[in-house]
Amino acid sequence: MLLIDCPWCGPRDENEFQYGGEAHIARPKDPALLSDAQWADYLFMRGNPKGRHRERWMHRSGCRRWFNVERDTVSHAITAVYRMGEAPPATAKPAATGDATSAEPRSSGDPGQWPAGGAE
Amino acid sequence: MSEQSHRLDAAAAPGRIDRGHPLRFVFNGRGYEGFAGDTLASALIANGVHLVGRSFKYHRPRGIVGSGSEEPNALVQLRTGERTEPNVRATQAELFDGLIASSQNCWPSVGFDLGAINDMASRILPAGFYYKTFMWPPSAWMFYEGLIRRAAGLGRAPDDPDPDRYEKRFAHCDVLVVGAGPAGLAAALAAARAGARVVLCDEQAEMGGQLLAHPRGVGAVIDGRPALDWASAALGELASNKDVTLLPRTTCFGYYDHNALALAERVADHVAKPRQFQPRQRLWKLRARRVVLATGAIERPLVFRDNDRPGIMLAGSAAAYGMRYGAAVGRRVLVFTNNDSAYRAALALFDAGVGIAGIVDLRPAASGKPVEDARARGIEVLAGWALTATDGPSKVRAALAMQLDEAGAGVQGPIRRIECDAIAMSGGWNPAVHLYSQARGKLRYDGAQGIFLPGRTEQALAVAGSCNGAWSLGACLAEGAAAGAAAAEAAGFTAASAPAPAAAEENDSPARLLWVVPSDRPLGEGGKHFVDFQNDVTAADIGLAVREGYKSVEHLKRYTTSGMGTDQGKLGNVHALGILAEVTAAEPGAVGTTTFRPPYTPVGFGTLAGRDVGALADPVRTTAMHGWHVAAGAVFEDVGQWKRPHYYPRPGESLHDAVNREVKAARTGVGILDASTLGKIDIQGPDAAEFLNRIYTNAWTKLEIGRARYGFMCREDGMVFDDGVTTRLAAGHFHMTTTTGGAARVLSWLEEWAQTEWPELRVYMTSVTEQWAVAAIAGPHARALLAKVGTGIDLDAKAFPFMAMREGNVAGIPARVFRISFTGELSYEINVPARYGMALWQALMAAGAEFGITPYGTEAMHVLRAEKGFVIVGQDTDGTVTPIDLGMDWIVSKAKDFIGKRSLSRADTARGDRKQLVGLLTDDPRVVLPEGGQIVAELKPEPPMAMLGHVTSSYFSANLDRSIALALVRNGRQRIGAALHVPLADRNIRVKVVEPKFIDPEGRRQDG
Amino acid sequence: MADPSALSPLAGRSPSSRADGAAGALPPGVGQGGVVMAERALVGKLVLRGDADDAGFRDAVRGALGFDLPLAANTASGAESTTALWLGPNEWLVATAPGAETAAAVSLKVALSGRHASVTDVSDSRTVIRLSGANARDVLAKGCPIDLHPRVFGPGRVAQSLVARAGVILHQVDESPTFDLYVVASFAGYLWDWLVDAAAEFGVAAGR
Repeated sequence: MLLIDCPWCGPRDENEFQYGGEAHIARPKDPALLSDAQWADYLFMRGNPKGRHRERWMHRSGCRRWFNVERDTVSHAITAVYRMGEAPPATAKPAATGDATSAEPRSSGDPGQWPAGGAE
Repeated sequence: MSEQSHRLDAAAAPGRIDRGHPLRFVFNGRGYEGFAGDTLASALIANGVHLVGRSFKYHRPRGIVGSGSEEPNALVQLRTGERTEPNVRATQAELFDGLIASSQNCWPSVGFDLGAINDMASRILPAGFYYKTFMWPPSAWMFYEGLIRRAAGLGRAPDDPDPDRYEKRFAHCDVLVVGAGPAGLAAALAAARAGARVVLCDEQAEMGGQLLAHPRGVGAVIDGRPALDWASAALGELASNKDVTLLPRTTCFGYYDHNALALAERVADHVAKPRQFQPRQRLWKLRARRVVLATGAIERPLVFRDNDRPGIMLAGSAAAYGMRYGAAVGRRVLVFTNNDSAYRAALALFDAGVGIAGIVDLRPAASGKPVEDARARGIEVLAGWALTATDGPSKVRAALAMQLDEAGAGVQGPIRRIECDAIAMSGGWNPAVHLYSQARGKLRYDGAQGIFLPGRTEQALAVAGSCNGAWSLGACLAEGAAAGAAAAEAAGFTAASAPAPAAAEENDSPARLLWVVPSDRPLGEGGKHFVDFQNDVTAADIGLAVREGYKSVEHLKRYTTSGMGTDQGKLGNVHALGILAEVTAAEPGAVGTTTFRPPYTPVGFGTLAGRDVGALADPVRTTAMHGWHVAAGAVFEDVGQWKRPHYYPRPGESLHDAVNREVKAARTGVGILDASTLGKIDIQGPDAAEFLNRIYTNAWTKLEIGRARYGFMCREDGMVFDDGVTTRLAAGHFHMTTTTGGAARVLSWLEEWAQTEWPELRVYMTSVTEQWAVAAIAGPHARALLAKVGTGIDLDAKAFPFMAMREGNVAGIPARVFRISFTGELSYEINVPARYGMALWQALMAAGAEFGITPYGTEAMHVLRAEKGFVIVGQDTDGTVTPIDLGMDWIVSKAKDFIGKRSLSRADTARGDRKQLVGLLTDDPRVVLPEGGQIVAELKPEPPMAMLGHVTSSYFSANLDRSIALALVRNGRQRIGAALHVPLADRNIRVKVVEPKFIDPEGRRQDG
Repeated sequence: MADPSALSPLAGRSPSSRADGAAGALPPGVGQGGVVMAERALVGKLVLRGDADDAGFRDAVRGALGFDLPLAANTASGAESTTALWLGPNEWLVATAPGAETAAAVSLKVALSGRHASVTDVSDSRTVIRLSGANARDVLAKGCPIDLHPRVFGPGRVAQSLVARAGVILHQVDESPTFDLYVVASFAGYLWDWLVDAAAEFGVAAGR
């Protein structure tokens, strides 16, 4: 069980927290301007690195604040914890690539072309 | 009652037993006597009993091999009746008066075992036998499996509930020390003296580790005094320190991420019956800032021909039985070794009065102090010799020895037969790296010693003593003290620089590594070289598996079963790897080990469950009116953790009778529902309306104060996430309701968007789900009922219209009354502070008597809303349904953005032929469709048929006197009026597709 | 209790909340009453939200409550019968004497009018179980993952966490030790029963 250092409550057991997926994926300012592929990229595409990963956690059983964690997905070593809105630590570049704020598709796949029923 | 035939003289071998405290016990139906301080194994040995079971596959007679948790053979069924427990290691079962145990895996008795025919037939039971024989055809395994399991049968689970109590607890410490041998004691002392909070655990009943048992402890000196005195002083010091927790009888069985560890404490396993409220076992969930692993080492057997006869055991264990328990494993013990440690065992046994038949040493040039000491006592040492066979039907009675050739690949010269009644073997010692490895520590292979040692780890841990490859007492103490001090320092304490406890160093001669001891016959012929005793895996099996292509260590384990079972190969694993490496001409270090996983030793389900059983298994959530429902005889339904009234049967009524009555009452008179479990969120702030605009699919900015609106929330993928009615209490103040199941999820969802995406919006959310108890009254008489109890509110339909909220005093209780309806009838949801929930309910029931007020449960609620075509999120939707799919285009704003909006125009989401919500009417009005039933357009004699969707809700509607159903059907809107089919296993049901509104489609009834 | 129609969540269990004072679900203690349990029924509770970085907000709250809000995470402050517990960087639970919550809410709302802040009455959302006695920590350790050792946790400390399967706000009131467990009303029965079971080995006495 991970020991996660909540920026407010300090180290607590993992089961007090809720995982929130990859961090720093900002919602596009005007979704209507995006192509289906761009929107699908924001919606579905996430990094799955072997190594450092920046991700969101929420202290569900505690102060209920969302915050960011930089965690090594192999060793589970947590290398940084920082609050929402704070810049990620510059010390090491995470293995995760990309940042959805650019709204540049990371994949060429167009979900609209999936076989009918595939998305239901 | 027999005398203890093999108990050693108290003066020569006092041991740690209390000879003044005899205990009676029964093994395999026969009475014996032992002493307090014995284990079942030591007491059996003291009575000359070695044969304790039959092996798993060949049913060969097996004896006690070890003296602790490594024991592969001596698994017994302990106790009887409801407390019976299988697979208990006799070496760890402490004796208590009245203990009853029996052998397992033998039928009809351990002495005469029908399964032993397997041994004679062993040519047809090679490695991978089960896979080869029983797996084809696939259906045959179902038949064979039962037979095999019965024949193998490792013990029996009790038939009755466990009467004992099991507990769990959390714990925290600065330094956890696992293992209370010399290294662990030194570590705990150093850390405790630095001021750290220390937990010291050890799987044995008495702390001291090898000091209690190993010959090193006898006559060994630490800091100038007898080692055991030092240990007892150390334990005294630790026990008197209030920040030290000593946990004997406690196995650290799991090492998880970030120094989370699981410990199983056997609190009352050593007594016949726990005291009242005393747990039998306790699970410790411990978080340690630093960990010192001082888990010691486990002796290795030697893999020689017929090395499994009862009486053949580990040399260190033979010494432990003599030294710690005063029990002689034999009267004439033959020692077979590749290293010096067995010499010390032999010397200790000899000095305690046990006859030593000789020492057979694989090393041709055995020399050094232990060898000299043995020879000085007149013990014959056969250096460069090997045992090539053993003899004895149910216990070893002789061994054959021959001289090894130079390479150790074969034997030569004359055969010597050596009479003996026990063989003490030692193939060296494996560091107990299990926990280290569980902690994802990398192991490194030491080729000279043939052992795996701790290498590198990212956890905050240190390894000390023989689990780190330190073999002398002095080195163990020094490593322990250093690790303990360093751990305390790392945890923020300052350790005084005190010298480590000192003991003399011993310089052992190197061992001779022979993974398989050769005999005069080819491997696999004329006898068996056992590698894994518990799973009956031989050296020949490993060779065969490799020839068949199972060269990966993980494949080898699964194919041969070597290293499986309750002992997980604590004795034989490294031999199996060594043999694999030898056969494949690889380095054992390159072959690697199988993965060490928790638990280190088996843990009972009771220990893991703790008190999460019975009424405490899961919280039962009840509302303020629960007591009334119980008294009214309600049948309850679990809705998440809530207990909600499902229906209120009158005497003689079935579920359907009651529901039919309840739904009619709500449409003709007045019904009352406990709606307290609905989620409620108080939303405040200048940007609250803008926040709702973004969360809900419809618009909120213009909602008037005091008015309510129904809304859908979607996920960003456009699928319906939750629904509910939200009311504007003030310009910047809203009261949101959610589904019962969605209460926590929705609040979390709102907080997520507010905190992470739109921190600029000034809005605060607070859960008020349980602040308010809610009674929903529905039916034509609802307004009259309210008027009767008194509200202080103008109830006129114009003054208090549909979808409005008024504050007042209902029956004298301060209340918020919402005119909203989930039934389609005139309806009020009366919210009062939960403390008054019961009073409100009672007042409404009393006043409602004249209107025939009828409490209705969740089943009637479901029928009533289905009659109106109101969906239930999670029942009529499943995470793949958009508001458009539900035919609710009107609730989706075109003008503003909201979560999920962009997804609604994605090509797939915007398809016109998606599954859409429709109503279904069966041709036969009495037939109620099964929920989940698949819907097809074209019937075929048998599947597959093209499935168009499924029935999501289906009921008998007493108000319509016919069945009704809601369904999601592909292109359903276009099929209104068409006939479809619901094929079932035994019949097909024809249905007509209709609008999903069965009663009052114009919505006239809600005004009463 | 002043209002007989008002029922607290543990009215059927805690002797302190029962009109007849009967022992309810407490088993006869086998120890020395190492644990004392009571429901503090119908304590007033307000959730206060606001910007802790805004001196105006802090001053307004001080004016209304008569003491400073706790700004350090997981701490409490208070005066007389009113206590404020830190729940989050912009969230506090204000506990008042039973019945005093309405007046407290009004004075807070008046003081905070015109600011982005919220006051929500949650007096009935949760109840308070007071746990004290020599073995109180031993009981909590059976279900609470928080380290309550006096070196790390002491009077005035607050934690939101779990006790068994119930979420709680834990407030250590004094060194004896006395803990107040704020638990959501529908979980109170479960938590009470769980605590009684966990405390049985130490002996349970009914408190007031």
